[in-house]
Amino acid sequence: MGIVSPGFHGRRRESAGGLPPGQYLTNDFPVLSAGPTPRIPQDEWEFTVTTESGREHRWTWREFLDLPSETPQVDIHCVTKWSKLGTEWQGVSLDVLLADVETEADYALAHSYGGYTTNLPLDDLLDGKAWVVHRYDGEDLEPEHGGPARLLVPHLYFWKSAKWVRGITLLTENEPGFWESAGYHDYGDPWREQRYQGD
Amino acid sequence: MTLRHRQAVHGHVDGNALAGPLSELFAVDVTAAEGRCVNCGLTGPIATLMVYDRAPGMVARCAGCDNVVLRLVRTPDAAWLDLTGMTWLRVQLPTTT
Amino acid sequence: MARLAETRRETETARTLLFDVPDWPGHLAGQHVDVRLTADDGYTAQRSYSLSAPDQVELAVQRIGDGEVSPYLTDVIGIGDPVELRGPVGGWFVWRPGTGRAVLLIAGGSGIAPLMAMIRARRLSGDGTPFTLLYSVRTPSDVYFADELRRPVPGLDVTLLYTRGTPDGWLRPPGRLTAADLDPADTDRDCFVCGPTGFVEAAADLLVAHGHDPRRIKTERFG
Repeated sequence: MGIVSPGFHGRRRESAGGLPPGQYLTNDFPVLSAGPTPRIPQDEWEFTVTTESGREHRWTWREFLDLPSETPQVDIHCVTKWSKLGTEWQGVSLDVLLADVETEADYALAHSYGGYTTNLPLDDLLDGKAWVVHRYDGEDLEPEHGGPARLLVPHLYFWKSAKWVRGITLLTENEPGFWESAGYHDYGDPWREQRYQGD
Repeated sequence: MTLRHRQAVHGHVDGNALAGPLSELFAVDVTAAEGRCVNCGLTGPIATLMVYDRAPGMVARCAGCDNVVLRLVRTPDAAWLDLTGMTWLRVQLPTTT
Repeated sequence: MARLAETRRETETARTLLFDVPDWPGHLAGQHVDVRLTADDGYTAQRSYSLSAPDQVELAVQRIGDGEVSPYLTDVIGIGDPVELRGPVGGWFVWRPGTGRAVLLIAGGSGIAPLMAMIRARRLSGDGTPFTLLYSVRTPSDVYFADELRRPVPGLDVTLLYTRGTPDGWLRPPGRLTAADLDPADTDRDCFVCGPTGFVEAAADLLVAHGHDPRRIKTERFG
């Protein structure tokens, strides 16, 4: 630990019980970004699932809205150490989006408008664990938080919940994404504090 | 203005902000050095890159084309520096005789 | 490690802090330091601050309402308290005496800090090259280093640009920096611009549109 500055507390926080190790509770919703915020009009937005054989499954905004949606209420954990509890979203489960997709793939690479990518095992997108969400807290998702739509995979660190998501590519071999190729953990389980490679 | 909106307009800072973090790795100041963007060929001092630092690491983008030129992630026991967005880096050194 | 030695109130929400740093190597006008604070539970936060003097470890800090480092520095830290400083760092946004080239400094709010270091370095070195400072602030009570900037210095031209409220009888109406605030006949200058991102971008665009060489415009945004 560094030199303690007497009287310094930092942002108001509680290291409340029930949080993953090393996390602090926050009540606001910090905006993190690795680049300029893409502004994608809803009528230009598309979501594409591409299989390992190159087959594409595509949804326009209208088609996406016609899919059955869910309203997950989840805790989110950012690798920069803030956690936010009980966040309310609306979106489409990946189980729905992947239902008619034939694949032998074990891995997925999510990609976003603006060029961001993040990788996950395909299993972590299935069985009610992941969504493409377009509403937060009862309102359309703001561009700063990933709107028109973002990935939501709350059981992993929040960098896996790619903002401005535009598609998922299914792969037979793992391919590291933006942060995973620069020192961050490949899987990113907050409960095992898998922040960096080697954790 | 709400916190959310203030942060939303925060955007980026200059490459100057890389000086401290890079001083852990290099004996010379790298921000005054010139680099060339792999994507568009723009050359200029590292200090003029657009740096997004409210992120899990620091991401420096080309002021001409937004391409990621440099990434720096600091873990508790290591620094990861990715320079694949740069074709070269020219560091001015004292003249030798 | 640095210890706070002295403070001065600059405005209602800003103060300058002078630190004692054993073995400080010296620095160039325009360089900055990274300040790292650690709470007793190990929580840390870090911010960059420009050095506002060329010969002392002096920082000018504006309190940001929802910030976590600046309120500590403007209102909490006491004389003798320790902080971690990394620096001096940054070799690009710097001014060195003896170039012989005239200088234009443009500051927005607390962006005055590194430019003040340049003004002071010029005076300390006896360098006579012309300096012009355009300093944009909301109101007269938001001016940092007000007494020092009011004192006449040969070759230093200081113009305050008020954006919200002016002193009584002030000719220029309150407003942001515009082309009318720049001298059309004087574009052969090394330019240093420091302030919030939006201010810096607007000022740099104005300078280029005005005929200044983009390669001679150096900027420092503090987000």
